[in-house]
Amino acid sequence: MAQILPLQIPVPTPKKPWKPAPIAMIPDLLILVGAFLVADATVALTGFKGKLAIFFLFALYSTLGSMALAFFRRGATAMSNAMATSMAYLSIALVALPLFSVLLTVVSRGRHALRLNTFTQDMAATQPDAPFSQGGALHAILGTTVLVILATVISVPIGVLTGLYLTEVKGRAETLIRFLVQAMSGVPSIVAGLFIYAVWITGGHGGFSGFSGAVALSILMLPTVARTAEEVLKLIPNDLREAGVALGGTQWRTVVMVVLPAARSGLITATVLGVARVAGETAPLLLTIFGTTAKHFNPFVGPMSALPLYIFQLLETGLNVAISRAWTGALVLLILVSVLFTLARFVGGRVKS
Amino acid sequence: MIRLFNENRYERDAVSTPPNEGEIVSSLASVANRLPRISNEVQASGADLEARGVHAWFGSRHVLADVNLSFPAGRVTALIGPSGCGKSTFLRTLNRMHEFVPSAAMAGEVLLDGVDIYKQGTDVTKIRLKIGMVFQKPNPFPSMTIGENVLSGLKLAQIKRSNKEDLMEECLTRAGLWNEVKDRLNSHGGSLSGGQQQRLCIARALAVAPEVLLMDEPCSSLDPGSTLRIEETIRQLSQSVIVVIVTHNMQQAARVSDYTGFFLTEGGPGRLIEYAPTREIFSRPKDERTEAYVTGRFG
Ligand SMILES: Nc1ncnc2c1ncn2[C@@H]1O[C@H](COP(=O)(O)OP(=O)(O)OP(=O)(O)O)[C@@H](O)[C@H]1O
Ligand SMILES: [Mg+2]
Repeated sequence: MAQILPLQIPVPTPKKPWKPAPIAMIPDLLILVGAFLVADATVALTGFKGKLAIFFLFALYSTLGSMALAFFRRGATAMSNAMATSMAYLSIALVALPLFSVLLTVVSRGRHALRLNTFTQDMAATQPDAPFSQGGALHAILGTTVLVILATVISVPIGVLTGLYLTEVKGRAETLIRFLVQAMSGVPSIVAGLFIYAVWITGGHGGFSGFSGAVALSILMLPTVARTAEEVLKLIPNDLREAGVALGGTQWRTVVMVVLPAARSGLITATVLGVARVAGETAPLLLTIFGTTAKHFNPFVGPMSALPLYIFQLLETGLNVAISRAWTGALVLLILVSVLFTLARFVGGRVKS
Repeated sequence: MIRLFNENRYERDAVSTPPNEGEIVSSLASVANRLPRISNEVQASGADLEARGVHAWFGSRHVLADVNLSFPAGRVTALIGPSGCGKSTFLRTLNRMHEFVPSAAMAGEVLLDGVDIYKQGTDVTKIRLKIGMVFQKPNPFPSMTIGENVLSGLKLAQIKRSNKEDLMEECLTRAGLWNEVKDRLNSHGGSLSGGQQQRLCIARALAVAPEVLLMDEPCSSLDPGSTLRIEETIRQLSQSVIVVIVTHNMQQAARVSDYTGFFLTEGGPGRLIEYAPTREIFSRPKDERTEAYVTGRFG
């Protein structure tokens, strides 16, 4: 048998030589600083005015600068690469700027009325223009949480199954279903509310309730979930399905054990996009849950509140104090939605490992 | 090992009775000895590649230790060794594909014509253009036709060239695929069988005229005829191109390579155990572990 010799060589430290050294980044940094200074100077010396002009001139100069640097370093073929890279960076700036300014506005206006009692009290015994130390949005927070959970429970299974019909079953109605789902995503949100109001509530099947609202929201959420789920499922390579079936699995077992787990993170994205679509909806809720000022837990009987509705109804009063409360409601809605999304990612990510 | 021999369809003096170990070694050596060497290291010109003290890690796992190998112009090198000993990892350090794995790290130098390809400021796209690669799993581009697949390297690297039709035919012929696809160059690459797809990928790699061609088990999905055709191409190429081929097929190593390197891991990182002219590896290996491996007495 071969003799096993522990080879006595010193082990060098692992390195990542492909990462650019900090010193090699200096020219790139200089180009950014230079582009900013020149953009500033252009605005100061010419007819261009304003921050937006500085941003766009900076975008132009820094793109040209990094293209020139790429040309100098690696020749003509590297220029388009540099251009695409710097466009990508500038685009995230364009996406992030409005987002941060919205966030900043909501936080700066919403913080005045933010108290601990925002989360612990409702508005049942409080007038909208009472001091901030009284009343809160608890009933609306509860309402939105219940509505979002109910709508998710209704529309995610249906949406994912629709996606499965389109990708796995490939039934005869495939084209028709795809067309209908697409058309459904164009339904204005108030129409969804009106539909439930006309068919369900005035039809005598039920009154204003959280459940009616959740069904209206599901109408809006379903097409988003179904379409996204279909796209995600289409990306799963066919080899995997074949491997599952070839081991003796039925189509359903293969879908459950192989296809859906492989698509998990995409399906969570589908859910998150669906929730994002409905969490801020006001119009369909006006016609289905009606709104109330008191805590109300039972989604099947009686009016409920939700944060968008809470904001809307406070704004309607036109009172300064109430408007401040409305901004706080917006801030709480943002926080709630972020918590839900983080939770979704956490739950989805944890099952994996 | 016995099965391997009975399946061998190119061996002229077929082995009918199960050979003993000594016979296996000498039989492999005879394959290695008999083969005409088209390539000749003295005549050959072109690039030259050298790995110096190459180590590789995935995260904190040390998977490859201290590999020193040189690949002079015109030499075909086969890398053999059991599964998981770091052959693919080593191959990928040679054209900077290793860094595609986020947790990857390495140490050492890889010199192409005397210049370290890991030197700061190196244009990595030019390195990969010069050092081509054929992957173990066929991966033709699904959105392109067969013809477009062959020429895709030129487009990706923005190389201008006339006579594209001729180039396409030449590359497909050298990959042994021309006759099968000449009437359907406009259908999609995914419509080919697995082995045809692999030959398409080989044709694609040839079209950019690399100086070095790294092949990771390129024939593992091919039939014997296509395998022979690819091996012929490798020998032809070796006049102008450095070929490094990872293979689990000992006969293939014997048929196609001038030199063979044997990798092995004994729990820790994989190492290069022995490197010598192919006929020596198969006839009188210096290391017991090499002998155990090439005779099938391994493990
Ligand atoms: N992406 C990766 N992440 C983490 N570890 C990896 C990765 N790729 C390979 N490894 C590990 O590195 C070691 C060497 O793998 P490598 O693929 O180089 O082996 P190999 O010699 O090519 O084997 P085979 O003959 O089966 O192809 C193995 O232990 C493997 O588990
Ligand atoms: Mg491998």
